[in-house]
Amino acid sequence: MKASIGGYARARSIEHALSLFAEADGAGRYLAGGQSLVAALNLGASAGDMLVDISGIEALRGVRIEGDRLVIGALTRHSEIERNDLVARHVPLLAKAAPLIAHDAIRNRGTIGGSLSHADPAAEYPACAVALDAIFNLEGPNGRRDVAASEFFKGLFETDRAEDEILTAVSVPVAQAGERHAILELTRRSGDYALAGLAIVVRGDRHRIGAFGLGDRPLLCEGAMAALDRGDVDAAATAIADDVDPMSDIQASADYRRHLAGVVLRRLAAELGVAR
Amino acid sequence: MTDTFRNRIDLEMTVNGEPIELTVPAARHLIDLLRTDLGLTGSHAGCEHGVCGACTVIVDGETVRGCLTLAAQLQGAEIWTVEGLTESGAIADLQKAFVERNALQCGFCTPGMLASAKVLIERDAVPSREGIREHMSGNYCRCTGYEAIVDAIETTLRGRAGGDAR
Ligand SMILES: Cc1cc2nc3c(=O)[nH]c(=O)nc-3n(C[C@H](O)[C@H](O)[C@H](O)COP(=O)(O)OP(=O)(O)OC[C@H]3O[C@@H](n4cnc5c(N)ncnc54)[C@H](O)[C@@H]3O)c2cc1C
Ligand code: FES
Ligand code: FES
Repeated sequence: MKASIGGYARARSIEHALSLFAEADGAGRYLAGGQSLVAALNLGASAGDMLVDISGIEALRGVRIEGDRLVIGALTRHSEIERNDLVARHVPLLAKAAPLIAHDAIRNRGTIGGSLSHADPAAEYPACAVALDAIFNLEGPNGRRDVAASEFFKGLFETDRAEDEILTAVSVPVAQAGERHAILELTRRSGDYALAGLAIVVRGDRHRIGAFGLGDRPLLCEGAMAALDRGDVDAAATAIADDVDPMSDIQASADYRRHLAGVVLRRLAAELGVAR
Repeated sequence: MTDTFRNRIDLEMTVNGEPIELTVPAARHLIDLLRTDLGLTGSHAGCEHGVCGACTVIVDGETVRGCLTLAAQLQGAEIWTVEGLTESGAIADLQKAFVERNALQCGFCTPGMLASAKVLIERDAVPSREGIREHMSGNYCRCTGYEAIVDAIETTLRGRAGGDAR
């Protein structure tokens, strides 16, 4: 099946993109790497979209340190996250997550802003953002605003982003000395969306866990986090079953996914050397 | 320029080393531009949603999915397909290894396999078989069972590593 679109325009700047979106009069849609959007168009999921191509906007590029945060431009591709020195040093979780996303050819074009805006509940970055306590920078016709990752994801492919807002960057606290990050997922085939996965950030003796593939959105697993803070892995593996809220689909049942959450948690706890 | 919404897009790009100029519908995918507009039918369209890898080609030195890339986004890009890679001899050793090891049967997946493998054999490091499999995991083959494909890529990697031992 072939995509049907209403029109295409290349935006020069954020301002230009916002004005094109307004011009599209309700049919506008931002296009970044196209790795989710073009697939959806090919499947006939939407037709007549007026595509506003933001992929050439310089202001949405680049990775930089700002104070004690790493700011990652929305257009940063998965393959760049994989290789970027600043990301590897300051937010190793994202460097570990990127290679788990799809395959080379898709990582070469897909962007972090696209993944976060798309908000697939089985995607890696949204759960990492929740575990990292990231802040999303948005810009729309009414100006700029910041949203915490924990407030951004609202449901299945649903976010706090208004349709005409552009996610410009993600801002993540840089890892402190001794901070550790780990991510693990279970998939049927390498590169598939995860059946179940967890991203863990250990800051001091506090644990933050983001779950993916285990609900209608990325979930912060507070029960398991509290148990790991006490060093009680068994209690964490029990608690996580209540923290998550998986769905059944053709890939796996909800029960099976819930079981996998415990398996992933135990493996990560072992990797991180959590007591017991 | 494309300052406002257009239904047809003017493009200049380089395909297999030759500069081209053409105008395409805004929804034209790279794979269809190659196959339909340019008659380069070596690259194949399979699933058309990014899963099978049959449409994999090289854009600005990196693999991309022809079925998930709108031609409109490729103004100024340098594109290589199996036709150009064959003619230039850039992957002659890889192709020879594929033939010798019977790494293809129907051949539908092969142009995408070659494009993906090209990037791997041009890296400095020689990966493990596991690493080769991981790199090639986005390219499906319904015929060979993969073993021969991994063998052919491994043979090429070793040949190149031995060939220019510095
Ligand atoms: C076969 C296959 C397997 C995949 N496997 C995985 C996987 O395992 N894990 C994973 O996480 N992802 C996976 N993906 C999806 C991939 O990561 C996409 O690249 C990503 O979800 C979208 O990024 P993009 O830049 O391509 O966005 P696009 O496809 O261009 O856009 C996606 C959506 O986000 C909107 N958008 C994009 N950028 C912005 C922005 N800056 N501001 C506002 N809105 C924006 C668009 O309007 C659109 O609705 C897979 C894709 C394919 C085809
Ligand atoms: S046709 Fe593009 S990946 Fe299958
Ligand atoms: S040779 Fe037939 S699909 Fe690979």
